[in-house]
Amino acid sequence: MAKVTDLNVNGKKMSVDVDATASLLSVLRNDLHLTGNKYGCGEGQCGACTVLLDGQPVRSCITQVARAAGKQVTTIEGLERDGQLHPLQDAFIKADAMQCAYCTSGMIMSAAGLLKKTAKPTRDEIIEGMNGNICRCGAYQRIIEAIQIASGQPTTKEAA
Amino acid sequence: MIDEQNLVNQIEPDRFELFEKPLYNFSFDRRDFLKGFSLGIVFVVPVTRALAQQQGEAGRGGFNQSLPNDVGAWIHLDEDGAITVFTGKVEVGQNTRTTLTQSVADELHVPISSVQLVMGDTDVVPFDMGTFGSRSTPTMAPQLRKAAAAAREMLIAMAAEQMKVAPSDLKIIDARFVNHDKSKTLTLAEVAKGRKLVKVIPADIPITQPKDWTTAGTSVPKVDAKAFVNGAHQYTTDIQREGMLYGKVVRPSAFNATLVSADAKAAEAMTGVRVVTEGNFIGVTASDQQVATRAANAIVANWKAAPQPSNAELFDLLRKPANERRGGGEGGGGGSRPQGSIADGLAAADKKLEQSYSVAYIAHAPLEPRAAVAEWIGDKLTVWTGTQRPFGVRGELADAFHIPPERVRVMVPDTGSAYGGKHTGECAIEAARLAKAAGKPVKLVWTREEEFTWAYFRPAGVIDVKSGVKNDGTITAWEFHNYNSGPAGIQIKYDIPNNDIRYHESNSPLRQGSYRGLAATANHFARESHIDELAHAVNVDALEFRLKNTKDERLRGVLTAVANKFGWGKSKPAANHGFGIACGFEKGAYVATCVEIALESPTSKEDSRNKRVRIVRVVEAFDCGAVVNPMQLKNQIEGAIVQAIGGALFESIDFKDGKVLNPKFSSYRVPRFNDLPLIEAVLVDRRDIPSAGAGETPIVGLAPAVANAIFNVAGIRLRALPLAPKGLSL
Repeated sequence: MAKVTDLNVNGKKMSVDVDATASLLSVLRNDLHLTGNKYGCGEGQCGACTVLLDGQPVRSCITQVARAAGKQVTTIEGLERDGQLHPLQDAFIKADAMQCAYCTSGMIMSAAGLLKKTAKPTRDEIIEGMNGNICRCGAYQRIIEAIQIASGQPTTKEAA
Repeated sequence: MIDEQNLVNQIEPDRFELFEKPLYNFSFDRRDFLKGFSLGIVFVVPVTRALAQQQGEAGRGGFNQSLPNDVGAWIHLDEDGAITVFTGKVEVGQNTRTTLTQSVADELHVPISSVQLVMGDTDVVPFDMGTFGSRSTPTMAPQLRKAAAAAREMLIAMAAEQMKVAPSDLKIIDARFVNHDKSKTLTLAEVAKGRKLVKVIPADIPITQPKDWTTAGTSVPKVDAKAFVNGAHQYTTDIQREGMLYGKVVRPSAFNATLVSADAKAAEAMTGVRVVTEGNFIGVTASDQQVATRAANAIVANWKAAPQPSNAELFDLLRKPANERRGGGEGGGGGSRPQGSIADGLAAADKKLEQSYSVAYIAHAPLEPRAAVAEWIGDKLTVWTGTQRPFGVRGELADAFHIPPERVRVMVPDTGSAYGGKHTGECAIEAARLAKAAGKPVKLVWTREEEFTWAYFRPAGVIDVKSGVKNDGTITAWEFHNYNSGPAGIQIKYDIPNNDIRYHESNSPLRQGSYRGLAATANHFARESHIDELAHAVNVDALEFRLKNTKDERLRGVLTAVANKFGWGKSKPAANHGFGIACGFEKGAYVATCVEIALESPTSKEDSRNKRVRIVRVVEAFDCGAVVNPMQLKNQIEGAIVQAIGGALFESIDFKDGKVLNPKFSSYRVPRFNDLPLIEAVLVDRRDIPSAGAGETPIVGLAPAVANAIFNVAGIRLRALPLAPKGLSL
């Protein structure tokens, strides 16, 4: 079986020895012990496993690790810079945009992908861009606010 | 104050809330107890007042007194001045870690950052029945406050001695002892230094009342929030142990199936794979998750299962009750007898109404599925798992392996949600069985399909209501029969002289258990829909009708608050829009909900013949007594409303012949961003009333308010939840 031996994760070269068909999520979590991104459904439906591949959000649970070879993988662990939280991470705390927070890593990674594409998304664009991510605790309103804060926009509440 | 047995009686028991007494009393060997702590001072709170009096207050020496057998909480102040609180409650997203921390900090007059909570670790925390029934705020918070209040007073006495001032001259301000003119100060650490004391505190010590709260009552952000936004927090699914293997269980072909035979040769031939078979249990371990899954799939198992019902015949089945109970449940106001005479009440009515309502089985679908990491060291078993009942799961493990509970340690990392769905220890037992066979730690994470299928469901139910009303809007008769879904929230706050309210237990075809709010959602849906029907029958405004029939001051308070904020009666809905209102009471808290819905063209994925029901706006007023943390409370209310949208509009378990037919997020729709209405939570902060829990009751108002809004816009009365899984056919 074909193997993958090198990955570039969060700006670092990492050695692995895994089947090419293994899911990127299982390699990140079980082999590289980067457990910030989560398993939620295994069918790309909930977004808890979202990571960036060359800046694009992907569902790592249905992405074979071979697809990540030669690309820049960014996980939630790679967002902090010099011990400083990413603006999205700060905004999630500020807006209290989490309850159990199991979905939070995936939410932040999806939002990071969204903001790369659209620097100042409208409320509707946030809803459309984030619709593949499930928060069972239902913190959607606050997650939208967090994305608005992180993109330097007034929140829906402030705008009303 | 905290009488555990009384508490048991107050909470609605159902078959998955099997309350066990502690299997043994904590025997507090002082040396054992203290082993767990570094130097410093431990403050111990006895459970009952009687016990406290029996034990007496601690002497200053600390080593000479005997310790109580039942301890409700303890707080440790270490030599560095750090405060650690030990509680059997667990954090599952309701942010009780934050609000309990606030209560302790408030009472001790220290910053939030100097208080740490150790939660849900059965080796180091006092026994606790579990985290459910919205009990943490009304019972655990006062208990911890007592501990903290007593600790404060004892520490002041000790500091006064050290500082050579009168205790009355000292206050704790921001974690320092300060005398009246601030000429003398001492830190907590300086008082704890070099000590090794256990202080038993009196149970009847007064605690700070809400009007004097400082830290409590404010919007403190989630403690440890940073670890959740940077991925550092370790949920059960994230835990790694040295030499850990991955497990996988082979599931039966259907519910209640028995294993006839299994051929595991192919699996056993795989490198590093071990197959474990015992009774109906077949599982595998491997060093890699993928291999474990491949091996489990390679096992050919023959199961035998009897034919089983499907949801097509569900409601007929539930109407054949197995047992009858008077409506009760803590929230419903305890068991009640019929009052007056239904026949008389109906005779006095101008209009009579008889209708049936139903609710489907739904799944909790916590985003973190059931998971466990089990490790045997010698004959001691340690299991990390996400459960609402760490001690309950410890008991389940002890039973399953025929070992005393002392040899089982259950640890509950802050967990990826539960909503009443994680009372049980199936996954913990499976992981422990595999670990025992493998002789190594084993991690087992249920797949989404397993979680949807082998956990348990919110009970389905049928509710029959018969009523009478006078033309002036006075309700004269109320007969209410709930089959299977449960008695929570079944009691009325309407003043109806003739009422008969009953809950009938049925033989549920599916495994069922707790769910956020329990049956209060079903009972409120039936009651508040029916109330709306009565209001319509006599042509009285829905708000006015409710106010006319209740004198309950707090219910009227939330109704008035929500109506004002929503603008009820101030304007007519736009074309294709409808308004609905509902209210209720459960677990000590009052709620009133107004919604605006819109009927829209279906999306390309939906049935083109039907209208899509979109909830545009939700305003909910909530009164749970004194508010501990306004921001976290609003978050809970908003979340409960979003979760309620699923059960109200589209969530439903489809099952047939012992199988769940929609065990995936691609086939079981849960609320998403594009289902989100604008939500406004109105907090009715009653500083004069002790705080009730708030994680559950905000969920009950939405479904009936939406049903009423659908009637308002379309003239169609829908009496089954979910209301419009495929949209609305007009």
